[in-house]
Amino acid sequence: MDDFTGAFSTAFFMIASLDSDLAGIVALSLRVSLTAVAIATIIGLPVGAALALFRFPGRKTMIVVVNGLMGMPPVVVGLIVYLLLSRAGPFGVLGLLFTPTAMIIAQVLLVAPIIAALTLQVVEDLWSEYSEQLRSLGAGPHQAIPTLLWDGRFTLLTAVLAGFGRASAEVGAVMIVGGNIDHVTRVMTTAIALEVSKGDLSLALGLGIVLIALSMSINAAAFVIKGAAQRHGNA
Amino acid sequence: MNGPMETNGKRILPLELRDVTFEAGGMRLIKNMTFTLGGAGKVFILGPNGAGKSLLLRLCHGLIKPASGQVTWHGGNPKHQQAMVFQRPVMLRRTVAANIAYALKLRGIDRKDRADIVSDVLRRTGLARLAEHPARVLSFGEQQRLALARAWALRPQVLFMDEPTASLDPAATHTLEELIAAIHAEGTKIVMTTHDMGQARRLADEVLFLHRGRLLEQAPAERFFDAPENDLAQAFMRGELLWWRRRKNPLDVPHPDPLDYRQGGVTP
Repeated sequence: MDDFTGAFSTAFFMIASLDSDLAGIVALSLRVSLTAVAIATIIGLPVGAALALFRFPGRKTMIVVVNGLMGMPPVVVGLIVYLLLSRAGPFGVLGLLFTPTAMIIAQVLLVAPIIAALTLQVVEDLWSEYSEQLRSLGAGPHQAIPTLLWDGRFTLLTAVLAGFGRASAEVGAVMIVGGNIDHVTRVMTTAIALEVSKGDLSLALGLGIVLIALSMSINAAAFVIKGAAQRHGNA
Repeated sequence: MNGPMETNGKRILPLELRDVTFEAGGMRLIKNMTFTLGGAGKVFILGPNGAGKSLLLRLCHGLIKPASGQVTWHGGNPKHQQAMVFQRPVMLRRTVAANIAYALKLRGIDRKDRADIVSDVLRRTGLARLAEHPARVLSFGEQQRLALARAWALRPQVLFMDEPTASLDPAATHTLEELIAAIHAEGTKIVMTTHDMGQARRLADEVLFLHRGRLLEQAPAERFFDAPENDLAQAFMRGELLWWRRRKNPLDVPHPDPLDYRQGGVTP
């Protein structure tokens, strides 16, 4: 019990004193996950909206694929990205394996389907409400997509946050393609796994507390923003 | 812009429907409809529930395509010279002014002109004080007035309205009727449906009477209300429920929803 108490004390001290190791890992984690979510959002929002609005051969198959990719095991994604970026792979020449860029690519592949699938649902619901009015005003699907994305922005925020949750909590893929190299590709989740295996609970606990606090803060902010939007009739 | 708002561009009327049918779910909901709408009068489409009034408006407005027959506008760019107000106003999740500005943007109105048009139409519809309010927090009556303002801002040559006062109290109905008259006075042809016979008598210049997807009578309003020629129109004016007429047991017959044609998306 004393071990646990000591570990918690040390963890809180590390957070309070902005321990450089801990801060470096947190900063890299945020950089990788936020970049991945930003790229996945840029891909996922229009793809989801287009799947909701356009009718074309193979659309249903694409929807099944996107929904299926939401549940893609991270280690499988990690393995695919590893094979693509390894020296023998088609993109090996780029030398991206075991870099933060490789981790970002893996997280984008994990997060983009989540954002696209959730966007598809949000935009489909909005379209069923707006369709006649927008077409009456002369908006084609290309003009409707940005309108629907803007009007669904507060609901879509939840989709983006779900993507961030997936990215920041992910360990399998980034471990494979990043290699968990100290001060290079070590992020919160991989560091926690490593420190626990070494028996060093202090750093693991400190990172765990930061991870939870981060997740709670972002979700609380989204909750406040969405609540304010609902009060003002914009959600 | 404080004077009357003139309607847009080259004239698109008359509107001609020739042998138009519309089908959904294996049922023919509009049957071989042929008529011409011209001039500048206010046309009211009357008929019992399920007659096809709303479908006819959507066919004319181009929101749905006929299974056969032709809907023909004569001249101009019909898509950009008509507007429609629906029974339930659909407001974008933005301010009152932004809802109107959005419609103007879609019609290609310059940004510098949009603000003038928006403030003018809001003033005319009594919504100026609500310009910066989110549109979706307005009352139903205010939202319907905003829907009318949004349509008016486009200066359409033809304005279709699908029971715009169906859920309004008498005061809001009166306000909307005044606005409809003002829009019409500036040269916009009004084509609307209603179940309010008093409203039709007050406003209509011409009546189309529909029953079960067929056009049974097209007549000047005065003549229609004094002495409709069609026996079903006479029965309708007496308040009989035509939908059930001539059925021994109406519950044995499937009852189609005339608006159940809606699609979830569009083909690019």
